[in-house]
Amino acid sequence: MNPAQAFSLGLRSVMPMLLGVAPFGVIYGVVALQSGIPPLAAMAMSSIVFAGSAQFLLAQLVGAGAPLLLTAGAVGLVNLRHALYSASVAPVLAHLPRRWKILLAYLLTDEAYAAAIPHLMAVNENSPHAAQAHWILFGSGFGLWAGWQLATLAGVLLGAQLPSNLGLEFALPLTFIAIVVPMIDSRARLMAALVAAAAAVVLAAMPYKLGLFIAVMAGLVAGVAMPRRVN
Amino acid sequence: MNLWWLMLVCGVITFGIRYSFIAAEGHYQPPTWFRRLLPFVPIAALTAIAAPELVLVQGEIMLGSGNPRLWAGLVAIIVAALWRNTLLTIACGFLALFLLQRS
Repeated sequence: MNPAQAFSLGLRSVMPMLLGVAPFGVIYGVVALQSGIPPLAAMAMSSIVFAGSAQFLLAQLVGAGAPLLLTAGAVGLVNLRHALYSASVAPVLAHLPRRWKILLAYLLTDEAYAAAIPHLMAVNENSPHAAQAHWILFGSGFGLWAGWQLATLAGVLLGAQLPSNLGLEFALPLTFIAIVVPMIDSRARLMAALVAAAAAVVLAAMPYKLGLFIAVMAGLVAGVAMPRRVN
Repeated sequence: MNLWWLMLVCGVITFGIRYSFIAAEGHYQPPTWFRRLLPFVPIAALTAIAAPELVLVQGEIMLGSGNPRLWAGLVAIIVAALWRNTLLTIACGFLALFLLQRS
């Protein structure tokens, strides 16, 4: 696999998720303007912060006039799970120069990670492609970034004129299902999924997505704690 | 207060979180238990994000026939398990949702 092929693989893998992300980007644009954020700042936030749920929260807190420390702390909590993605991809990126690490860290969203990780996990096992693995993550990261900017722009410019109740958001959980289900090849992985799912549902009402982070941690611990099958 | 400063602070925090372990790799020795957690990150994270989208309707757990997204999700899970094809899974999930919402 050469860099162009790896980039294209990442880009193609993230495409189905753009279907689900686009409505969120449009709604973000609308919410940001309603919160009194000027159009230029609303657009800039999509590249400066570049984190869907954190941008929604930020827009709301700005609208409510919340103090800086609280707003910054809340944004940090909402994005906490990205530290786990960072730890997860770190070994694959270890050999890269710093400018690559900075670029890929900036692009490390839920969707970019989800799209690239099955390929990155495969790369770990057979090393011939390992040298190009970062291009896969760059492809999925860039695809999501570009889609997010366009969706935000559409939300800021056209706003409420766009239909937002088409149900396209459902593409996100469906794509995640398509990625996760084939990964479940052991009792430990099944247990990690079941515990994470149950905890995420039960804790969904917690503020700042803390329930989501706790659910992910619970899933990790459940997976490790599951005794390995002795044949 | 200056909105642009706030955005910059939030951008730096978000980037810092995403860069943390990527930057630290090679400069620290992660404990064994931590390394054993990592292979489960994709499964635990993506499942935790997706599950509430299927089960919750306006914040309430809804497992009955009044929740088409749950049943469409289960169709997608079965299709994904049988055929391991991303586009097929998404297409069947949307088709199931469409049919269930019409009935």
